[in-house]
Amino acid sequence: MPGKVKEIERKPLSLAEKTFLPQIVSGLKVTCANMLRKKVTREYPDVLPPIPPGYRGMPTLVKDPDGREKCVSCQLCEFVCPPKAIRITPGAIPEGSPNAHVEKAPQEFEIDMLRCIYCGMCQEVCPEEAIFLQNKFTLNGLSRQELVFNKERLYEAGGTLQDQHFKWKKKKEAEEHGNAQH
Amino acid sequence: MDWIQLAIEAGFGLAFIIVVMSMAGLTVVAERKFCGFIQGRLGPNRTTIPILGSIPFFGRLITRMGLFQLVADGSKFLFKEEIVPGHVNKFYYNLAPIVALIPPLVPLVVLPFGQMTLADGTIRQLIIANVDIGMLVILAFSSLGVYGTVLAGWAANSKYPFMGGIRASAQMISYELTMGLSILPVFLWANVPGSTEGLSIANIVVFQQTHWFVYLQPLTALLFLVALFAETNRAPFDMAESETDLVGGFHTEYGAFKFGIFFVSEYAHVIVGSGLFVLLFLGGSNFLPMLPNPWPIGIPGAILSTLWFIAKTSALVFFFIWIRWTLPRFRYDQVMNLGWKMLLPVAIANLVFVMVLLAKITPVAAQ
Repeated sequence: MPGKVKEIERKPLSLAEKTFLPQIVSGLKVTCANMLRKKVTREYPDVLPPIPPGYRGMPTLVKDPDGREKCVSCQLCEFVCPPKAIRITPGAIPEGSPNAHVEKAPQEFEIDMLRCIYCGMCQEVCPEEAIFLQNKFTLNGLSRQELVFNKERLYEAGGTLQDQHFKWKKKKEAEEHGNAQH
Repeated sequence: MDWIQLAIEAGFGLAFIIVVMSMAGLTVVAERKFCGFIQGRLGPNRTTIPILGSIPFFGRLITRMGLFQLVADGSKFLFKEEIVPGHVNKFYYNLAPIVALIPPLVPLVVLPFGQMTLADGTIRQLIIANVDIGMLVILAFSSLGVYGTVLAGWAANSKYPFMGGIRASAQMISYELTMGLSILPVFLWANVPGSTEGLSIANIVVFQQTHWFVYLQPLTALLFLVALFAETNRAPFDMAESETDLVGGFHTEYGAFKFGIFFVSEYAHVIVGSGLFVLLFLGGSNFLPMLPNPWPIGIPGAILSTLWFIAKTSALVFFFIWIRWTLPRFRYDQVMNLGWKMLLPVAIANLVFVMVLLAKITPVAAQ
């Protein structure tokens, strides 16, 4: 494209430029300004980086505000999980439990963090909004076995998340009022 | 022989070496710290010693300043395994670090580091050996410094150290000339006709009580500074150890404590060079130009003036660090061109100019 090429004439260096001195002085000014500027270092283990919303960290199980475990062991996440990191042993909810109206609960729920690829498909597929990829991104252990998280550790890591629907609670209330559907 | 005098001088010498060596260590930390600052980082600030580091205020301050890093680095160099590669010439390989460390330390004896005002008003320069060939001693020993580098490069018996050694010697020879020629105008100026002080550095310091040479002869100061950078093998003239093209240069095959000695000798060189520049151009232990020295009579004045000299030297060491992290390294042929085609002619012209100037302004009667 001859029309778009702009040729710049290279001027010969002036005497001051040949001595390098003006350039050195301007360089010193730049580094001096840098020295006085605020440092960009984040002292990582002491100061954690801000984590953006939607970040996919470690997968965790969550409870609803009433303290009920939300997972109903439908095993959709287990089936969708690409690296097969999730293993669920479904179990029944004992009679007389306050959560007896919920169909099922996992007897054991294991996620192998060494297999997990943090794709977030489990979170996307979960009909109960029971599994969430949260902020935690540093996982380490001394053995492979230690990094297979069981149900207890997953709930401990997950905590309680605000529930938008209270699906099972509403269903129970609707049944108590004699409605088939809420 | 006055034994007390001898003991005092030996004590001074020992104290001098301790001060310079600890300043060399501190310079290493300062270098890393300021390099970090220039690059927007914090520099070393986490290394700590269990009990000392937990002292409420100072422990944390020293940790953040990175001073414990000095201890950590030093002990690392001490306790690392000393590996002697199989292909080296063992005798010269072991000799080289010693040869590299001695030259920066010997010139200390002729550096006047302070001044003491006696009760009768006479001022005595504090110096271990006030010889009238002081400058010659410094020039002789600082050019011996290149032997450590060359010996290391040759004894290592592999190509990159060898090239580093060759470059160092070529560079030293080129800039030695400029350095010598940029010192002469100072001594010409300070020595009035008939003076017997010769090349004594104390004489230069006495001369600079009212006016400093840095503004009497700015071009000379600049030439000397550039030559000093080249002599100490510092960036932008660190040809001998240019990591990008020569791995580590002359100390590629060295490790552990022997490398540490090279490292310390480089920084000791920088400190002695800065001290020399302060003495020749920045007034040594004199307070400020055109102001009378405020040093009190006796020992307190001696200590104050010495501290002032150390402060000036530290400021210049900071300048060395600042330059290093500002300028890129010259290419080897550029270094040679600059040395032979620019600095040397300018230095000769400067010398002739000062000679003519002095001949004009000196009264005929004094000649």
